[in-house]
Amino acid sequence: MIVPSRWHPWLGLALWLALALPPVRHVLEATMTLQMLVQIPLLAAAGWWLAPFLTHRVVHALSGWNRGGISGMLLASFGAVVWMLPRMLDAALENPWVALAKFASVPLLIGVPLAFSWPRAGFVVRGVWLVEILAMTFRLGWLYMVSPVRLCSNYLLSDQQTLGKALLAVGFTVLIALAWELLWGRIQVESRPH
Amino acid sequence: MSLLRTLLASLLIVVGGIAVLAAATDGFRAFTSETARRIDVREHPRALPPVPLQTAGGRMTNFARLRGRWVLVDFIYTRCMTYCSVQGSEFARLQDRLAQPIAAGKVLLVSVSFDPAHDGPAQLAGYQRRSGDREAGWLAVRPANASGLDALTHVFGVTAIPDGLGGYVHNAAIAVVDPRGRLIAITDWDAPHEAERYVRHGLAQ
Repeated sequence: MIVPSRWHPWLGLALWLALALPPVRHVLEATMTLQMLVQIPLLAAAGWWLAPFLTHRVVHALSGWNRGGISGMLLASFGAVVWMLPRMLDAALENPWVALAKFASVPLLIGVPLAFSWPRAGFVVRGVWLVEILAMTFRLGWLYMVSPVRLCSNYLLSDQQTLGKALLAVGFTVLIALAWELLWGRIQVESRPH
Repeated sequence: MSLLRTLLASLLIVVGGIAVLAAATDGFRAFTSETARRIDVREHPRALPPVPLQTAGGRMTNFARLRGRWVLVDFIYTRCMTYCSVQGSEFARLQDRLAQPIAAGKVLLVSVSFDPAHDGPAQLAGYQRRSGDREAGWLAVRPANASGLDALTHVFGVTAIPDGLGGYVHNAAIAVVDPRGRLIAITDWDAPHEAERYVRHGLAQ
């Protein structure tokens, strides 16, 4: 990273606040693709950067419950699944409480646990998690691309199909990058001592 | 020790996660807001607000005055060139299929415009004419004011968004209102026999 790491938490906080600004929300929630592939991932990234705000004592206490990063990755997975439901994408536009829940839970229940757990995860846990995320990306992408029914009342069918294609594109890109890494990269998993 | 605690934490996360997912999907039944709205209406019938409505004939009415019969409601805008025009002909077909109870004053069809700024009485009448109106038991109306429109789209769960071509895309459906004036079901707009079944079942009781 070009930015010194001690600035990361403040960068995370700034990103979080910026995403919550009404004009930014308005733009990023105007299409299904932007909400799902830009806004929600950026919120998770904000959480990832915020993680160093956790004090050393909290980190130490939590890590006893998070061997190999398994608990944290599970928490992040459930958080991600909830915000993949078409119903939740709709509700986040219509209901201010759901919007609040999204802005709180994506950084705190996806970003923070991932930042905390990924470095502790070994090769197998990372592999399983990545394969599951990839499979989910392909399943959702395919569904959105071929569904003749609008799954979100607030978004157009064409938007849904664009999101489907974008998800497949993201999935293939990650897949190729991973395959490249596995074939030609140097796999280094430094799991921290528990 | 940390292995055991991690197992326990993971177990709690899985149980909590499944509980949250169950709550967010009405027990894994509703993954879209459209399904959720239908389940909610079926399980918790909604009272309709008596907001003032203007008919294609220029008269005023409201849902409270329409009580005492079964009412099938759809939401439209008359400029629609795509499926709303089919919605209209589906209502004309329902006029035929329900001609008897309509003649007996037991059933009424109501099309509500969610574009009242454009859809005056003349536009509403034109919409009915184009759809093949049989001139019995079908009212086309527009909410008389903006707050009335908001109240109706809220209680019926209607979402209309701009389609980028000057028109709208909306979650079209046929809503079933019982003689007590309560919204009790929402059925597919292109399957009028479903709405008809509700009415016949209710009339038989």
